[in-house]
Amino acid sequence: MTARSSFVPAPWLLAGPGTLFFVGLVLLPLALTVILSFHAYDHSSGIQNTFTLSHYVAVVTDEYYLSIFWRTLRIAALTTLICAAIGVPEAYILSRMRDPWRSIFLLVIIGPLLVSVVVRTFGWSMLLGSQGLVNQALELFGFPAAKILYTETAIVIALVHVMLPFMVIPVWTALQKLDPMVEAAAWTLGASRFTALRRVVMPQVTLGMLSGSLIVFGLSASAFAVPALLGGRRLKMAATLVYDEYLHELNWPLGASIAIIVLVANLCIMLAYNRLVETRARRTLG
Amino acid sequence: MQKNGPVALIFHTLVLAFVLAPLVIICLVAFTPENTLSLPTTGLSLRWFKAVFAHPDFVTSFWNSIWLATLSATLAIALAVPAGLAISRYTFPGRDFMNALFLSPLIIPHLVLGVAFLRLFALLGATGSFAWLVATHIIVVTPYVLRLVLAALSGLDRSAEQAARTLGAGEWTAFRRITAPMILPGITGGWLLAFINSFDELTMSIFVTSPATVTLPVRMYMYATESIDPMMAAVSTLMIAITAIAMLVLDRAFGLDRILVGQR
Repeated sequence: MTARSSFVPAPWLLAGPGTLFFVGLVLLPLALTVILSFHAYDHSSGIQNTFTLSHYVAVVTDEYYLSIFWRTLRIAALTTLICAAIGVPEAYILSRMRDPWRSIFLLVIIGPLLVSVVVRTFGWSMLLGSQGLVNQALELFGFPAAKILYTETAIVIALVHVMLPFMVIPVWTALQKLDPMVEAAAWTLGASRFTALRRVVMPQVTLGMLSGSLIVFGLSASAFAVPALLGGRRLKMAATLVYDEYLHELNWPLGASIAIIVLVANLCIMLAYNRLVETRARRTLG
Repeated sequence: MQKNGPVALIFHTLVLAFVLAPLVIICLVAFTPENTLSLPTTGLSLRWFKAVFAHPDFVTSFWNSIWLATLSATLAIALAVPAGLAISRYTFPGRDFMNALFLSPLIIPHLVLGVAFLRLFALLGATGSFAWLVATHIIVVTPYVLRLVLAALSGLDRSAEQAARTLGAGEWTAFRRITAPMILPGITGGWLLAFINSFDELTMSIFVTSPATVTLPVRMYMYATESIDPMMAAVSTLMIAITAIAMLVLDRAFGLDRILVGQR
């Protein structure tokens, strides 16, 4: 690459300590967890030293676990769609504003990212509760009060709120690279507003939207705080299920097998999506 | 610059209302004089804030979280800057592996990291120590730092550095006097992102904290699952206030969009 690449030991000295640290604290614990997921478990004597596939079999055949996985995928997909539907236009609107409004509103939209998820979820549990502001507003307009808290709707609403900045940031970044004069040039050359949006702005935005969707889907599918606080004891998602197996049921091997399934599913979706993003990028950039 | 139409502005207002609603409601409820979660209608009261400061668990957890976030963000910088230099400047066997390894915590759900650490620490007999908690947070926040450092390095004009080397500066001097100041926005932004991510981390920490090392988000989570009273709103309001102040300071000093985008 450069003349200095002849210094062979240098990169190893620079990155070596970090690599060792990451091997010891990422790869090793993950490997141990994979092994743990094959250990037999007995409710009276705990983790056994014999190996079995029974946890995986139980998880993929039991109706109870399957329904939780489907719910997790459904909620994550819905959250991603809504985030894209809100985040992309919002980023575009923001990018067309003048300073100081633009900076102020960007701060307002992205700022909540810095506020703890527990705080934001707690806010939604107050808004959506049976005596919450949303229900009071419904009653004011003559609608019957709805049970929103402890339903999937509540989980999706709060997840969209938590994930929205992750959609706005990459789209905003993509739009920053777009010279606004290019869009204006398209109008001058006779393109309608819609055509200019579709042919000039959208290709730029798509990549940002895809990488935003990737982040939002992955984070939603493994989200813990939102389903734990808004789903109640009954409405479980993958993450809250693992938590229960580990800290309430104390069946670590079963919990480990679910965690590994979550991990593998997440990696597969990420890889598939990554490939999609790359193909898209190659096609757009020529 | 084109203007937004009325439809766009209505949409924008609705999005703002959606984003701010839960935060505003928390801040209002925190001032209630009542015993239950309710909007203050009869008057404003600070009783729930006094309750927070009289609650030693919350105070201890707050300091735990501050220390944890400071240490892990700083150590992540110490790890990510040399790694970033190696990855962006050299081609060597294992480079792609290292890059993927350093960024892997971004695609490994925190839940999975949490149970993996729990297993490792259980086998090592190391559960519940603060040092190990810091180590786990370094893993989680390093990718954020590395990404910004890599972005800063890739956008860097290297002629100044090469000039310094030609003029006789050693490798370390050239880095300290030329490269480091040039990638400083990336490093600062990375530190801040790391700090915030560590300070807010719940899902992984819930598996690796012990009663002595409980962080603020974990404490709040445990409190919220057990009891519902306005004290939770008061703690949340304090967190929102701290975050808002930090955010304004950051925005004045660096510009928030610059930190988020890395470099403009």
